[in-house]
Amino acid sequence: MIWLTWRQIRAQAAVVGTAAVVLALALLVTGLAVRDLFDETGGGFIRALTSQGGKTTLLNFGSAAVLLLPAVLGAFWGAPLVARELEAGTHRLAWNQTVTRTRWLATRMGLTGLAALAVAALLGLALAWWCKPIDAAILGGQSGNGLVGTPRVSPGAFETRGIVPIGYAAFAFALGVAAGAVVRRAVPAMAITVALVVGVQIAVPTLIRPHLAPASATQRITQENFAGMSAVIMNGRPVGPMRDLAIDPDLPGAWVVSQETVDASGHAIDELPSWLAGCVAPPLPPGVGAKLAPELKQRDTTACFDRLAAAGYRQRVSYQPASRFWSLQAIETAGLLVLAGLLTWFTFWWVRRLA
Amino acid sequence: MTTALRAQGLGKRYGRRDALSECTLEVPTGRVVGLVGPNGAGKTTLLNLAVGLLTPTSGTIEVLGGRPAESPAQLAKVGYVAQDTPTYPTFTVEDHLRLGAHLNPGWDDALARDRIARLGLDLRQKARKLSGGQRAQLALTLGIAKRPELLILDEPVASLDPLARREFLQDLMEAVADYELSVVLSSHLVSDLERVCDYLVVIVDSRVRLADDLEAILAAHHRLSGPRRDPSTLPADQHVVSASHTERQTTLVVRADGPIHDPAWSVGQLGLEDLVLAYMGGPSVDRSPRAALEVIG
Repeated sequence: MIWLTWRQIRAQAAVVGTAAVVLALALLVTGLAVRDLFDETGGGFIRALTSQGGKTTLLNFGSAAVLLLPAVLGAFWGAPLVARELEAGTHRLAWNQTVTRTRWLATRMGLTGLAALAVAALLGLALAWWCKPIDAAILGGQSGNGLVGTPRVSPGAFETRGIVPIGYAAFAFALGVAAGAVVRRAVPAMAITVALVVGVQIAVPTLIRPHLAPASATQRITQENFAGMSAVIMNGRPVGPMRDLAIDPDLPGAWVVSQETVDASGHAIDELPSWLAGCVAPPLPPGVGAKLAPELKQRDTTACFDRLAAAGYRQRVSYQPASRFWSLQAIETAGLLVLAGLLTWFTFWWVRRLA
Repeated sequence: MTTALRAQGLGKRYGRRDALSECTLEVPTGRVVGLVGPNGAGKTTLLNLAVGLLTPTSGTIEVLGGRPAESPAQLAKVGYVAQDTPTYPTFTVEDHLRLGAHLNPGWDDALARDRIARLGLDLRQKARKLSGGQRAQLALTLGIAKRPELLILDEPVASLDPLARREFLQDLMEAVADYELSVVLSSHLVSDLERVCDYLVVIVDSRVRLADDLEAILAAHHRLSGPRRDPSTLPADQHVVSASHTERQTTLVVRADGPIHDPAWSVGQLGLEDLVLAYMGGPSVDRSPRAALEVIG
């Protein structure tokens, strides 16, 4: 069975395996250089790294590869595993050798699945290791644009680093096998797998992860941390209330999930006080729902923010702190592994009663 | 005597359609059993039930005393060459032999390689480049080299030209003699089977209509023709299989337990093909379960 498993996966395994090893080697080599750069530049590390196009490109490329990996494993390793047999009728050959159907499936899913997990682990951990200096710099208060400046607990970085890629790979692979067994045709099963995997990859960071016991902090709104608010502007003046005030909270390395302005009694408010429109000194550029951060940050609006503070207005921020990275990784990985387990159990049940 | 295949009230339903119903059958070992019937009659369903690819919706089936595909030991005893003789298109002939060797503890590698060499197959050739006949031979080799006690073949020659058909069956018969195999072989063509079988099962419309020794079948069936008369006036030991009437003449195919003495009939022998056609034939066929049950007893 081991030989047959290998014989049937070797083409797909060669492509994915080679790409993964090349990427891991590139990360290893450049990762050492990133560490040297960190030692040399210290507080200017993120800015220095951003200016090195090769390394940022590798980071972006590697992250994209790890993001795509689950869909690739699910579609090319998982979906054809049973579907291709049913499609070609070869299950009638395979299931009449001296190996029960259950053992046939267990060996093929077990070995191929373990290989999928190994690829995901290799890339996830390599990328996490590569990014360690970035994490340290961001925790130290440095900031930047793109992935180089993204805290590892934030979406976009979180899914590609550490152990959570293993969870996504396991889930996608199990989903692919199950879809293939149910749909009985490889290509539709591949399409379904990709669609569902991408759906879950979008749903988890938007619908689930933000609600995994986020921390909360209330911070003062200042001219310095002011990040924007919206208003409808006509003739240089805001018409109607100003709303959606945002700040850059002083929470290095955290993922800000949401924020809202609260009044002195701690209740969230929808509209900012009406005097604020007069305070921010027209004229303002015209626009509907204009974000006013660039204009207002260039003027001295300190008095306005002081008045907001004096009236008791604060910004309440809901966030996932940098320190929760590994516990969030563990929770999400465990959840995905449970899903993968349920799908696998279903596949065994389904294949046993397949004709 | 052991039984190769024993079915009791066996049935398989797909939704509201019966693929096989009320199949009661007992086939001894050491035989070459021909399973014949029109397309869609339930031959493949019966064979898939026998190898455990399908599970019955009613009744039971036992193959060589065990439940199909219940264990590796049971799987080892039964070789199966499925319809259209499936092989892995991207695997070479060599790969298929290795598959057989890795997946079957009882694998006879010398036998397999001998056969492949004798058939002139190139070990490095991919299965998708083989001709239909070569692929069937490869599938048969896998089935035989596993050294089963019972070999089941589902329409193995359906896609072969007449020459390849003859070679395949000849080869199969040699293997049967060499390795003392019991064989169950299905076909919708009687001519394929009559040269090789010594036991016949006829399935029509998802039901077993006839199952017996070939010689006994041929000896018991007669074509009667004579002046027009009502078939229900026949003696109790003569069962009408098919009847056709012209204005003045009646022609019957009957199964009779004893000799036919009525001088009004002129009695003729039936070829196997005509006999099977009589069972498959149109609405005149006696549809009571009696016919099927009696021949089984």
